[in-house]
Amino acid sequence: MSGSSTDWSAVAADFPVLQRTIDGGRLVYLDSANTSQKPHAVIDAMADFMRNSYAPINRSAYRLAAEATDLYEGARDKVAAFVNARRSREIVFTKNATESLNLVAGTWGRANLGRGDVVVLTHMEHHANIVPWHMLAAERGIEIRWVPLDSDGRLDLTDLDRLLDGAKLFSFTAMSNVLGTITPVEHLCAAAHRAGALALVDACQYVPHNVTDVQAWDADFVTFSGHKMCGPTGIGVLWGRETLLDAMPPFLGGGNMISDVRLDGFSCAELPAKFEAGTPPIVEAIGLGAAVDYLTAIGMENVRRHEIDLTAYALDTLISRFGDEITIHGPRNVEVRGAVLSFAFRDIHPHDISQVLDQTNVCVRAGHHCAKPLMRLLGVNATARASFYLYNDRRDVDALADALDGASDIFGA
Amino acid sequence: MPGLEDLYREIILDHYRSPRNRGELETPPAVKALGHNPLCGDEITVFLQIDGDRVVDVKTSGQGCSISQSSASMMSAAVKGKTVDEVRALVHRFKSMMSIESDDPAPAVEVKMGDLEALQGVVKFPVRIKCAVLAWNTLVEAMAEV
Repeated sequence: MSGSSTDWSAVAADFPVLQRTIDGGRLVYLDSANTSQKPHAVIDAMADFMRNSYAPINRSAYRLAAEATDLYEGARDKVAAFVNARRSREIVFTKNATESLNLVAGTWGRANLGRGDVVVLTHMEHHANIVPWHMLAAERGIEIRWVPLDSDGRLDLTDLDRLLDGAKLFSFTAMSNVLGTITPVEHLCAAAHRAGALALVDACQYVPHNVTDVQAWDADFVTFSGHKMCGPTGIGVLWGRETLLDAMPPFLGGGNMISDVRLDGFSCAELPAKFEAGTPPIVEAIGLGAAVDYLTAIGMENVRRHEIDLTAYALDTLISRFGDEITIHGPRNVEVRGAVLSFAFRDIHPHDISQVLDQTNVCVRAGHHCAKPLMRLLGVNATARASFYLYNDRRDVDALADALDGASDIFGA
Repeated sequence: MPGLEDLYREIILDHYRSPRNRGELETPPAVKALGHNPLCGDEITVFLQIDGDRVVDVKTSGQGCSISQSSASMMSAAVKGKTVDEVRALVHRFKSMMSIESDDPAPAVEVKMGDLEALQGVVKFPVRIKCAVLAWNTLVEAMAEV
């Protein structure tokens, strides 16, 4: 696809749910930060596998099983290439990014963190990158420090070195699911390493929307999920530095993750099986592999550029149409933000906003977005949030703006 | 698809814009209970003053969507001055209007729903039932504190 301009309406036509009409109206899906729609290619890959090649992986000597294993491990190779991992064995399949984060906290965390050890987070983290550390704090008294935000919704790095002093882990998001802020990941990983800490990057919002290079980041762990990147639910990814993963104790115990089990104990399998206990999400992994193929064919640099254009258009449109009536959180500079727009509109409660928008089939999320500490910082209980992906276009921005006019009509001047 | 005029009736918007009985009561002698809707961030505190078997005063504070706040306002107006038995009957009738099953049998006491009838439209929007019921569940918790 390089060199040619992407036909974004052809891309949107690949997504069957978006072809639905509700009460005769076009569906305007603006909640991809929550979960993304699926293209035919992903649906077909999963259905074809179940129809034609379904068999257990890694365990059986017959050809059908070998075929299934090739497809499953082939999906792993695709994911590894997608994020530029050195080796496929650094890619662990989990059920979602939350499980990936819990895996790091539960295994690396328990093996390396004790009373008084410091983990640094930020004020913009999702609960999945907060709660596991609170649980460790309750269990063994680790200390949590927080990188604050500036008034633009970006990380305030003034005191970063002081916060990282003596820390063992810096765990931060690559892109905020509320503010859209893209953090300076390479810079943060380097700062962590200078302080002698490891760097864990929560890349759930980043990987689906950008070119990702875990080696260029020089991160130690990266987590993301399949369902936010056109893949199915039920599959997440943990990428980890091979030496780190090798040294970590296992997470869940059972079949597939062992090399030997005796009456008096067991020994672990090699990577990545060590962290994949039980029957894995075979079908889902193949779906994720198909999603990687689909996105790679379009080109992540093209996806990013499309979203920058949409975000700029959305900011311009909403601000010029509504002025002071709308407050859009996060940075104004589209180069340092993704296409996630949380906003307040007049004094209409987000829940009511999303209800009214639903009347014209505009789907936005209302709530705390699993970021209650950030909500408190913004001084609100909840926001409305519109998020864009490769299947959205400028018409969707216009539909959002028109629908907000509708909210004004109901709730008055 | 049900129209929004079923949900956002004028009387609901009126209670939302001018909520009745907003504020706090001294505890004791009043009691209070806190409720919240974790899905969307609606929060409410219900203050209740009961003398003998009668609700002599009720106030609510908190923030939330038009449905949760107007329901709280209507609830406060409906229960003020009623006996505890009448309040329980109101809670039961309101919840069944919201299609919520109850283990308790229907109370014998007759009560009029009045303005509360306006919230009937909420059942057509099941996601909002939790919003409408929040103040009532919190009221029940406050009554348990007496």
